[in-house]
Amino acid sequence: MSLLNIETDRSKYPVKGEDGKLQIDLDSHKYVKLWQGPNHPGVTGNMALELTLAGDEIVESKTHVGYLHRGFEKLIERRLFVQGLPTSIRMCVAEPDSNEYVYSTCVEQLSGIDIPEMAKWIRALLLEMARLQALLRVVPGQGGTFALGLGVQWGVYMRELILDRFEELTGGRVYHMFMTPGGVRGLLPGGFKKRMEENLKEIDQFVINIDNLMYSNSVFKKRAIDVAVLDPSWIDKYGAVGPVARSAGYNRDVRKDYPYLIYDQLDFEPKVMNHSDIYNRSRIRWYDIQTSVDLIRQIMAKMPEKGDIKAETPNVLHWRIPKGETYVRSEASRGEYGLYMVTDGSDKPRRINLRGPSYTQAVALLQDLLVGANIADVAAIMVSLQTCPPEIER
Amino acid sequence: MSLKDTLIPFKAWGNLVKKPVTLKDPMREGAPRYRGFHKNDVDTCIGCGSCEAICENEAIVMVPAEGIETKDGDSGLRPLVDYGRCCWCGLCVDVCTTGSLSLSNEHTWICEDPEELKYIPGIDKKPWDEKEEGWKKPVPNYHFYGQERVSMEEMEAEERGDSFIEFVKGYSKEQAQKEADRCVECGICVATCPAHMGIPEYIKAIRNDDIEEGMRVLYETNPLPEICGRICTHKCEDVCSVGHEGDPLSIRWLKRYIADQVPSDKYKEILDTQKIYKGDKKIALIGAGPASLSAAYYLSLLGHNCTIFEKLDKAGGMMRYGIPEYRLPYDQIDKDVKYIESLGTEIIYNTNVDAAKFMELKENYDVVYVGTGLHLGRSTAIPGSDHEHVFQSIDLLREITEGKEIMVPEKVVVIGGGNVAMDITRSIARLQKIKYGKVGVITTSLEKEEVMPADREEVVEAREEGSIINPGWGPKSIEIEDGKIKGLHVVRCLSIFDETGRFNPSLDEDDKNFFEADMIVESIGQGMDISYLPEELKEKIEFGPRGRINVDDYFQTSLDWLFAGGDMIQGPDVIHGIANGHKAAIGIDNFLNKK
Ligand SMILES: Cc1cc2nc3c(=O)[nH]c(=O)nc-3n(C[C@H](O)[C@H](O)[C@H](O)COP(=O)(O)OP(=O)(O)OC[C@H]3O[C@@H](n4cnc5c(N)ncnc54)[C@H](O)[C@@H]3O)c2cc1C
Ligand code: SF4
Ligand code: SF4
Repeated sequence: MSLLNIETDRSKYPVKGEDGKLQIDLDSHKYVKLWQGPNHPGVTGNMALELTLAGDEIVESKTHVGYLHRGFEKLIERRLFVQGLPTSIRMCVAEPDSNEYVYSTCVEQLSGIDIPEMAKWIRALLLEMARLQALLRVVPGQGGTFALGLGVQWGVYMRELILDRFEELTGGRVYHMFMTPGGVRGLLPGGFKKRMEENLKEIDQFVINIDNLMYSNSVFKKRAIDVAVLDPSWIDKYGAVGPVARSAGYNRDVRKDYPYLIYDQLDFEPKVMNHSDIYNRSRIRWYDIQTSVDLIRQIMAKMPEKGDIKAETPNVLHWRIPKGETYVRSEASRGEYGLYMVTDGSDKPRRINLRGPSYTQAVALLQDLLVGANIADVAAIMVSLQTCPPEIER
Repeated sequence: MSLKDTLIPFKAWGNLVKKPVTLKDPMREGAPRYRGFHKNDVDTCIGCGSCEAICENEAIVMVPAEGIETKDGDSGLRPLVDYGRCCWCGLCVDVCTTGSLSLSNEHTWICEDPEELKYIPGIDKKPWDEKEEGWKKPVPNYHFYGQERVSMEEMEAEERGDSFIEFVKGYSKEQAQKEADRCVECGICVATCPAHMGIPEYIKAIRNDDIEEGMRVLYETNPLPEICGRICTHKCEDVCSVGHEGDPLSIRWLKRYIADQVPSDKYKEILDTQKIYKGDKKIALIGAGPASLSAAYYLSLLGHNCTIFEKLDKAGGMMRYGIPEYRLPYDQIDKDVKYIESLGTEIIYNTNVDAAKFMELKENYDVVYVGTGLHLGRSTAIPGSDHEHVFQSIDLLREITEGKEIMVPEKVVVIGGGNVAMDITRSIARLQKIKYGKVGVITTSLEKEEVMPADREEVVEAREEGSIINPGWGPKSIEIEDGKIKGLHVVRCLSIFDETGRFNPSLDEDDKNFFEADMIVESIGQGMDISYLPEELKEKIEFGPRGRINVDDYFQTSLDWLFAGGDMIQGPDVIHGIANGHKAAIGIDNFLNKK
């Protein structure tokens, strides 16, 4: 008997009641409610986890969103098609280019517009750069959740290098707004490829350094291996995609399964693993960094030197799209990222709806995966699912 | 846990000997394409407001700017940017019709007063104004609206060269909608159009495939759309914003497209004129040209009774008796005129108003309106110009319309470099082609090719049809042998105006040329014939500097019952006549209401 009359054998509770639901009686003093978020350094963005703890073990968890809702989908429904672009990118700060791609492609598909070859290569380049910079943050960020901040510092620097290239190519560092409906807004500036190659070389070294710092690190391993193991049967049940699905043995990648832009002309095999714990979910993204680096090199080598950057489009000030609907998907660093757009013949979309990986992975999947985990692992599990609250809320 | 796994993370200490990567103050420059604070070349900017229209954040408002005047092709407004709203997308730069707007690569600006973060780029001076670097409109082939005009189907020169059939075919629906799509709806054209037609609105109606709405917009300011849709001097197109980087909108053809779609019997229903109120006021209008027709139309809508007195046997004035049929078919004039007549205006033909008749009209009507145009040809007065085979272009053109047989020899010289000269050149070329199977016209003007007043397309098409256009010569004399014209002697014309800007051609007498001809046509301008005004009235009417009757803003002369419009006051072109007529109708209505 302990002093506070707390049962130390936690396997006894909570028990299921007759209705099959867990019996959690807070008055029993066996449980504590703890909110992690909406503002919490361990939460990537604003969302809240309502945790029920028995000791430091999570027995029940609920995801709460609604703290970051900006109504972008609705805002876009009140904007001309060209005006939707700068608004669309804000749906996901971490990787805004996927928004540009799916948004512009929806507009193009519904208008029956084919973009020039050159624009396709530049779009693919931008998407890989976007993936890379996102991964440069999230991969070392996994270490950060275990208080290993050094890798984060390195990652921030590496990411800045890619943002330099973004700035050079698009005029913006974080928000690029470069894939306007119909094409892209410019060719690669002179010397771009050379400077990019220099950056990629630094990133090659970063990949090795991170391996030493994190993946070979005994403490990291102890915290990450076999923690929050995701049963492969959950993947389809919860609609998990991207690295999360691939870490659980599902060879899924939109770039391969539904090739878009010029991805069918590139040579790559996304990594697949067979044991989805925190360690592998993070490590698979470390492989993804290398795939992205390789793809950027391939794109720069294979892309044409010259070519049109934009197809002829209707006048953007009164671009109208006939009645129709479409769903455009792409592979973001987090997995399938798609946009559903409905048009009604007017100059504004009737409805748009974003399908982002975080919506499924960080709402339903996260709350169930947390059960049984330790309170200290919540942030790590969340990052291992690459949770992006802005994309959940839109 | 292996020893290696415990030790390997310590490799990170190696960074201690590396150079730091953090940036120090001052901040580094933005990249050459950086999207920083706005710059605007305010002298190039025309205040079209396309930047304001595209901005999804309403970060731009168009405002009057110090030192910028409103003028043709310039609204006088300039964009003001609010950085509390701007998201640096740069769409405003990409859409800018003149390319005046750009972004600098400057990205830091610290100030205490948030109001400072609103400014008019280019007017409110900023440290980055002179910076070369920053976002500019993407090149090449990156456009937010169509740059090229949808080409108009026309008959080839061989096909049209011996025919007076209209050779411009008109747009199909697809073509018209594609062309209409290019409009940025800035309305710069509206200010320049003498009639201030609702151009963006009727172009929008085409895009919406709402022809009826288009008709209503046209008739608000112009009751001769079939005519204007074909031959308007389209000053609007000269100032069209889209023309700064691409082809201006084909405004005139779009107007024609609307009118062409609507059969005459639908007009009253669409324009809601089946029943219009008629009062007891009577207005006499002299001359059935556009100036009178337009006045009569709007006066009818205001409930007044109009009677037009016309010298010739059909309506239209110079539109019918000047402009050749291949440019403006007579049935199209009839369509516009018949609708005006159907609203109650009576046209009395073959009635030359002289001084006596004029006084009679003054007695019997509440108001007299004159729109008698310019119908006196001007002569060069060079030796030989009094020969019977020296003609005035407007006389010949009228006779062609009247179906009279005019003299058509194998060799003709036309003197003149304006559109009227081109009309007679091309008409005679057609008649020659019909008669002889070949063309023998030489057209010469004082002006050199670059400054010929005729529209470029007229010159090009005249040449395609076989006429020789040989500009830059001053006519000296007409050679006559045995009573017959042999040709025209000319000398090189060096310049037309002297330093003070007065018409005073300077000729190089040593650089001579001779154009063979059996007949000569003079086409160097027209004068006004107001001999119908009784002398005692002439004394009371105020005249302006060049013998023109003085009128106020509503075309009222110094005699309150007398109004005047059209070529005799302003222009000369059809749209000025229409605008004058509209304004005069309002003036007349006001005058009658006060009476
Ligand atoms: C060859 C030619 C080509 C032209 N091409 C174009 C063109 O492409 N586009 C364009 O916009 N403009 C063109 N113009 C100019 C345009 O036709 C005139 O500006 C316009 O017709 C003037 O309108 P108005 O009503 O003032 O006079 P007019 O059209 O000249 O009409 C005056 C009418 O008054 C009648 N009249 C005159 N005196 C009397 C009287 N005493 N009693 C009774 N009736 C009288 C005349 O018979 C005539 O019908 C052209 C002119 C000419 C000569
Ligand atoms: S950059 Fe974008 S947000 Fe800023 S003023 Fe221009 S259009 Fe508006
Ligand atoms: S779009 Fe360009 S030309 Fe038009 S108002 Fe704006 S800055 Fe001036």
